[in-house]
Amino acid sequence: MNTAMKFRTLTRHLREGCKNIIRNGWMTIASVGAVTTTLILVAAFLALVLNLNQMANNIENDVEIKVLIDQTADEEQITDLGDNIKALSGIDTVQFSSKDDELVGLIESMGEEGEAWQLYEQDNPLSHAYAVKAQNPADTERIAKDILGMDNVQDVNYGRDYVEGLFQFNDYARTIGLAIIIGLVFTAIFLISNTIKITIMARSREIGIQKLVGATNGFIRWPFFIEGMLLGILGSLIPIGAILGGYYYLVNNLGVLDNYSFVTLLPYNPFAWQLSLIILAIGVLIGIWGSVMSVRKFLKV
Amino acid sequence: MILMKDIYKTYANGVTALNGISVDIKQGEFVYIVGPSGAGKSTFIKLMYREVKPTQGTIIINEIDMSEIKERKVPYLRRDIGVIFQDFKLLPKLSVYENIAFALEVIEESPRNIRKRVMDVLEIVGLKNKARFIPDELSGGEQQRVSIARAIVNHPKIVIADEPTGNLDPDTSWGIMKTFEEINARGTTIIMATHSKEIVNTIKKRVIAIEDGLIVRDQNRGEYGYEI
Repeated sequence: MNTAMKFRTLTRHLREGCKNIIRNGWMTIASVGAVTTTLILVAAFLALVLNLNQMANNIENDVEIKVLIDQTADEEQITDLGDNIKALSGIDTVQFSSKDDELVGLIESMGEEGEAWQLYEQDNPLSHAYAVKAQNPADTERIAKDILGMDNVQDVNYGRDYVEGLFQFNDYARTIGLAIIIGLVFTAIFLISNTIKITIMARSREIGIQKLVGATNGFIRWPFFIEGMLLGILGSLIPIGAILGGYYYLVNNLGVLDNYSFVTLLPYNPFAWQLSLIILAIGVLIGIWGSVMSVRKFLKV
Repeated sequence: MILMKDIYKTYANGVTALNGISVDIKQGEFVYIVGPSGAGKSTFIKLMYREVKPTQGTIIINEIDMSEIKERKVPYLRRDIGVIFQDFKLLPKLSVYENIAFALEVIEESPRNIRKRVMDVLEIVGLKNKARFIPDELSGGEQQRVSIARAIVNHPKIVIADEPTGNLDPDTSWGIMKTFEEINARGTTIIMATHSKEIVNTIKKRVIAIEDGLIVRDQNRGEYGYEI
């Protein structure tokens, strides 16, 4: 368009776009159905991947190095060791835990069976320890090795194989999750633009007539733009309902797993709302994209 | 107003429709195009609003050289030309009113003016009581009158009609011809392809006869017929 569109023309396009939704009847339902189906899949995968990612982060952040201190070390040596550890690069926190704290922690973590350990309260066989956290969990292994080489260190414990495997798994999970989501979005775009293309093919004659009566390409395209947007919005209604309802159910029923501190779903508010907004945006985008792309080839009359 | 020089047109399927046509139509003229079916009348007419491009030759309309016009300027050219198509070309899902209003919406006319002018032309073509009908609910003749109404509603400089009375009963035909004469009297150029001997011989105007892709006769106040 080489001149600014008048406001009344914009309202005309809005009105026309809305009318097309009704005029196309079954094709509208087919398009909306395609948008709905794919958006539900995308939403489910997004929720899954984002939550897995969150859990992975939780676990990663929980990884800590337990430095067991030689029983023979005196207080000064213990303090020196602490300072040495703090001096390493990439250290987040260094927390001293006396052997009595360690025993209490052990008894608590074992629940009822832990009561047996209470016998040892008089003669504690455990060592003093430092709990060390790395700023970047991926540095855990390097830091653990450095600490193991220090004086007065009896042992270093961080679940070597477990941690390495976990980091690798998390990387894979993120990459694969992202790939699946991108694949889904493109499938959705393809499906929807095809469905809309069918409705537009039926209207190619009308587009030709409009051009012969003096309509510019922009004038013809606008109602399709509006229509695509509406298809996207309509198609995202059910998925958004499913997100808001389904996620509410999940959050309230997975509370049972509270024992495993890393299995925490992202909080309903704001996550469910953010996800809904993302789904709405994706829906509108593919609606417009599919609609405008498929009208393009019919404009050359 | 309309100037064609040495126009040749061969379609992609090898059919040659026009074989070197030159014509000069001045503003305000009323011209009949006559000739047997398949002689090239429709191609000749389609060149004027650029539904068809010539294989060779120059066309100048409203002082615009059609071979040099940019693709995106074509819609603006078409707004100066009201076309009554042989197959009507009405938008099937729009009502009679909306079909006619469409020609005014594209030029961003105000809703008030759209209302007034659409009602005016509906009065002229006698379809005021069918404004809300969709084309499928109308007879062929009524659809043709909608097509006529749409062609004249934005007061174009040129009205091109491909057999506008072909489907009409005699009374309506004469009514439409009267309308054409009226808008012609206001300075609108009218170009009308027709097979109606009666009309051509009664309302005497310039006659261009086309046969086998050539102009075989171009005569002021001519009679119907295309034999040499």
